[in-house]
Amino acid sequence: MSSVLKGIAASSGIAIAKAYRLVEPDLSFEQTKVEDAGQEVQRFQEALQTSKNELEVIRDRAKVELGEDKAAIFEAHLLVLSDPELVSPIEEKINQEQVNAEAALKETADMFVTMFEQMDNEYMKERAADIRDVTKRVLSHLLGVKVLNPSMISEEVVVIAEDLTPSDTAQLNREFVKGFTTNIGGRTSHSAIMARSMEIPAVVGTKEATETIENGDIIIVDGLNGEVHINPSDDMIRKYEEEAAGFADQKAEWAKLVDEKTVTAEGRHVELAANIGTPKDLEGVANNGGEGIGLYRTEFLYMGRTELPSEDEQFESYKAVLEGMKDKPVVVRTLDIGGDKELPYLNLPEEMNPFLGFRAIRLCLEQTDLFRTQLRALLRASSYGNLKIMFPMISTLGEFREAKSLLLKVKDELAHEGIEVSDSIEIGIMVEIPSTAVMADQFAKEVDFFSIGTNDLIQYTMAADRMNERVSYLYQPYNPAILRLIKMVIDASHKEGKWTGMCGEMAGDEIAIPILLGLGLDEFSMSATSILPARTQIKQLSDDKMKTLAEHVLTLSTNEEVIEAVKKEINL
Amino acid sequence: MTQKTFTVTAETGIHARPATILVQNASKFDSDIQLEYKGKKVNLKSIMGVMSLGVGKDAEITIFADGSDEEEALASLEETLKSEGLA
Repeated sequence: MSSVLKGIAASSGIAIAKAYRLVEPDLSFEQTKVEDAGQEVQRFQEALQTSKNELEVIRDRAKVELGEDKAAIFEAHLLVLSDPELVSPIEEKINQEQVNAEAALKETADMFVTMFEQMDNEYMKERAADIRDVTKRVLSHLLGVKVLNPSMISEEVVVIAEDLTPSDTAQLNREFVKGFTTNIGGRTSHSAIMARSMEIPAVVGTKEATETIENGDIIIVDGLNGEVHINPSDDMIRKYEEEAAGFADQKAEWAKLVDEKTVTAEGRHVELAANIGTPKDLEGVANNGGEGIGLYRTEFLYMGRTELPSEDEQFESYKAVLEGMKDKPVVVRTLDIGGDKELPYLNLPEEMNPFLGFRAIRLCLEQTDLFRTQLRALLRASSYGNLKIMFPMISTLGEFREAKSLLLKVKDELAHEGIEVSDSIEIGIMVEIPSTAVMADQFAKEVDFFSIGTNDLIQYTMAADRMNERVSYLYQPYNPAILRLIKMVIDASHKEGKWTGMCGEMAGDEIAIPILLGLGLDEFSMSATSILPARTQIKQLSDDKMKTLAEHVLTLSTNEEVIEAVKKEINL
Repeated sequence: MTQKTFTVTAETGIHARPATILVQNASKFDSDIQLEYKGKKVNLKSIMGVMSLGVGKDAEITIFADGSDEEEALASLEETLKSEGLA
């Protein structure tokens, strides 16, 4: 039976492949008495051995694909499985109490999990997760349930999941993942951003992908229209193959603009930059003609591991990006953790409102050791390219001054150590909190540039959690409330001879671009794959007309009215 | 039985990667090898045992080895502690 799911088109393109469910399997079982304890111990040992063999393969592959660092986690898993303090008590329990291996394993492992969870140390909580992880693997083998090994995928698949977390995506074998579809999420959720950086089609927020799709179903992910087809007819597949070819043609058309500058119809240059997460993303930036990096999200350096990245490790990443971009501008955002992005090893208490809580610059200004390490690494890398540094989640001038003074102090220290640091590093802030947008005229006197983070600016202005689907109707990028804030920021920067960029989703959006151009935005930073379509669009837009359009939409009253006015003007 | 006491100099103490390497090394030997910290003794071949001690900087730790290759084991572990910058 063929069927179709509707969702949000999160990353463009079309993928046709078999479904791979990245869904936690059911590991429930009952405790039973066993007749032959010896045989049960043997069954346990076999499951243990199979698990070890699997982990060795995963570890070796991780070493090659993710680096020694990320492979270390699997090394730790292997050691847990060889731990005499875990294995012996389980075997004893089976022998003495004649219980099944599942029960003996679960009970013993749970004891360790509890023990580690109760320890007052960030690393220990991570260990609890390790033990839980490996226990699940052995338990799956005992129960004969298929274990999820996303890093072992070896044929072309479409990944089906409730949601994709950074650690899920870190484990995926990218070579074979042709598309994603998830139950939850929107255009700005991690899974969507990830799909765009991997340049694979994705449809998120389908609500029921995991319920409806079985392993091995043939899936079409239509990332252009936000549709997911399950076991489509041959006709449908043919139609989509044609559409995929058409999309490839269009991409080829866009690709002709790779080496061109981005200019408006009158010939005014605006900068189209890319958002990246790791040095690996530079390839996509080059292929898509990025004129710079408008947002380097440094948090990926900190995620999917068990301890903070060292100064040298960070330095290498920053240097790689700066060198890779030659002398083109690279705007690096300092650590933005908290909200929906957690670092388990920091051992931060859970909060009622993480998006309004202890995150980003707030955390960095308190945990200054962590912040200093990053600043040192950044400044050391500065002599390798055109570095600009920006602080995220600034809500007061006091925060900016404190962060800047720390940065200058670190710079002095490096100078004393005789380490070369660039003299022309611009220091700016993200504008994503309404208080900062409103005070932009004051900020503009002290910062070198602004970068508007629209995803958060919209969520904070509309007071609507962007992770909560029930209030997703309030995610209104074109609401005049948002547009007026953006205008205030751009005008304030220009008055002081500074510049404003935008690194949220909106910067690459075909409805927003005409307005932003009219408002005088200097730099547009977006997913690399959005750059060429945006360049194509901007070439056709006239500055004068867009200025009039922008003035007009600022006088309108709703999101919908603005969309309609833009569409009418540019014939969409 | 052979034993030797060390003072941990590593800023982060003994966890994560260093613990992994110590345990891997200890597991290569036949002797019973134990790690003592604050009066608590654990099997040095057990990653969870070692981690559970929560050995921090400046901690006094003692390694005990008992068995046919005890001398060799202790020497090798001392080497690991030094090369990993732990003690």
